[in-house]
Amino acid sequence: MSVASERPKRPGARFRVPSPLPELADLTAPEVLSPDPLPSISSVVDDAGQRARAVATTEPTAEPAVLITGICGRLGRLLARRLHREGPVVGIDRRPFPGRPKDIVHHQFDVRRKKTRDVFRASNVAAVVHLGVMHDPRASEREHHTWNVIGFQKLLEYMTQYSVPKLVVLSSANVYGPQPENAQFLTEEAPLSGAQDFSGIRDLVSLDQLAQSFFWRHPETETVILRPVHILGGVHNAPSNYLRLPRPWTLLGFDPMVQVIHESDVVEAVRAALRPGVRGIFNLAGPGEVPLSRLLAMLGRKPLRVPHPIAGSVLGRLFRWRLTSFPAPELDHVKYVCMVDDSRARQVLGWEPRKSLRDTILAVEHEA
Amino acid sequence: MASTPPAVPTAGHGYALSPVGEQIMALGERLLGEDLRGRLARISFHGNEFGVDRFGFDPNVARYALLFATFLHRMYFRTEVHDIHRVPQGRVMLIANHSGQLPFDGFAIGASMVLDAEPPRMVRSMVERWVQTLPFFSQLFQRCGQIVGVPENCERLLEMEEAILVFPEGTRGISKTFDQRYQLADFGLGFMRLALATHCPIVPVALVGAEEQYINLHDAKTVAKVIGAPTAPVIPQWFIPGLQLPLPVRYRLYFGEPMTFSGDPDDDDAVIEEKVWVVKATIQSMLNRGLKERKGLFW
Repeated sequence: MSVASERPKRPGARFRVPSPLPELADLTAPEVLSPDPLPSISSVVDDAGQRARAVATTEPTAEPAVLITGICGRLGRLLARRLHREGPVVGIDRRPFPGRPKDIVHHQFDVRRKKTRDVFRASNVAAVVHLGVMHDPRASEREHHTWNVIGFQKLLEYMTQYSVPKLVVLSSANVYGPQPENAQFLTEEAPLSGAQDFSGIRDLVSLDQLAQSFFWRHPETETVILRPVHILGGVHNAPSNYLRLPRPWTLLGFDPMVQVIHESDVVEAVRAALRPGVRGIFNLAGPGEVPLSRLLAMLGRKPLRVPHPIAGSVLGRLFRWRLTSFPAPELDHVKYVCMVDDSRARQVLGWEPRKSLRDTILAVEHEA
Repeated sequence: MASTPPAVPTAGHGYALSPVGEQIMALGERLLGEDLRGRLARISFHGNEFGVDRFGFDPNVARYALLFATFLHRMYFRTEVHDIHRVPQGRVMLIANHSGQLPFDGFAIGASMVLDAEPPRMVRSMVERWVQTLPFFSQLFQRCGQIVGVPENCERLLEMEEAILVFPEGTRGISKTFDQRYQLADFGLGFMRLALATHCPIVPVALVGAEEQYINLHDAKTVAKVIGAPTAPVIPQWFIPGLQLPLPVRYRLYFGEPMTFSGDPDDDDAVIEEKVWVVKATIQSMLNRGLKERKGLFW
């Protein structure tokens, strides 16, 4: 991982980044406020005043900090707000962090860039929480791969270089994939066949596997892989977006059981995973199981029941015409079961969901 | 697992029992002379606020299936049930011969466990994975407490002290041609490994009668492969109007003495096979005895 991934580093920076950040010439860019060559100042902060404070908190001698990638997502912000009361929090995300608490240091750049290393060099990173996983069905495969696989490889490389003792990766139960032959409750040992019918999530499976190989190759780092089921709440992920549709599609004659988990329960699980001594792979199943139809009924949705022989091609076409953001293979999630057994998380992490099933489901409404 | 008290058909959370459904059930109960809802209420059920258990079993949906099963069991096939008291409480595996082209044998065994066993029990049968890809059936089977036939599910349910119905012959058994009737096909070994791993008693079950309900002359394997189904039986009576229904043969259902096995669940196939062979031989001899006792096909 360390030597081989040295190669893609430079090409990686050349990939088109949707943010207005310049690609290579950082120093001339208006976003980069610090032309200062000192590594600790190479971090980009929103304004000059905050930068001074940022520099102060990211001295190598500072208190050990938690580095959160993808901090500006809804889940990342929730986690940061939860963690910054307990210790320093550093975030990397190319998006801005509106309403950021003052003691959270946010580096606004793409995690694939070399500056990520400077963050490691400058701050005393005690743990990395990797939430910065991209799953945008419209983005190209190349973008997905460089972001989710190459970017993550680099992150792991920096972790070994700066001997960070803890890594928490937010994978997903989707890596198991919905299949007709799935056991009702998949354990952590189940094969990761999520990509066999949906190549769009191949890189998510690779990311999980990268984290697994890191777990074995670097026993000095406590690696935790969390595989939550569908996260609901104010998050803008596929399941929450699906449940916010006024007329979500279901497949005629199919009504699988689904598991959902509240975003705040995921945050608590990450906190539990950050405790020293915890390592391993943990499924997070949430408060219970519910048939999809009854979940939709609870939200007052009127599902559009589409016969499954035509659903795939129709949805595929709608997706190509940009009339929907759901790619056709995701229909398997409303067709087959993909549920997990989280008894290991409950025993080892000492975690259990606090939100009831009802509150978890209704969260897509309240916080949207 | 949410373990609410076993009071069943009070579906909480807006899933009130539909008045039409209640009327259908009341009418069915009067015609069949059975207290179906009363017996369903007595089965052990761990439901959540959505009225389902972790496997998607919903007694309020399953009762319609039970109504149909009761009709088949009591009126259509007029099943004779022998020695059902031998089924022990707690975890148990019912190992039965599979026959009859369509799985009415599962209905009969399931119905007799609810209607004839004391206390009534819901049998969870291991359903062919292929059924999960069929619209409506996948949904119906799940709501009726039937589960995808993978070992993990079976093990989990046995640990929940449920009764599992396994047809170890699988599709090889159900699609037997007429000349092979009552000759058990090869048994899978998985059930024995699970029984050993979970220390679960095995009750051999023999069903006599179902082989004659449809006369299968040939198993068209090529056709089955083309349409993606496990079997494609050639049944001439299906082309005669009115004979799509199974012939109203009489079922005879025999429950054997519980058998317990011990050993290493990960043992060699050969070792497991010997144990499976004991079960298979028991079922075969029960079948033979049942056939000998049988005076007629339809009465």
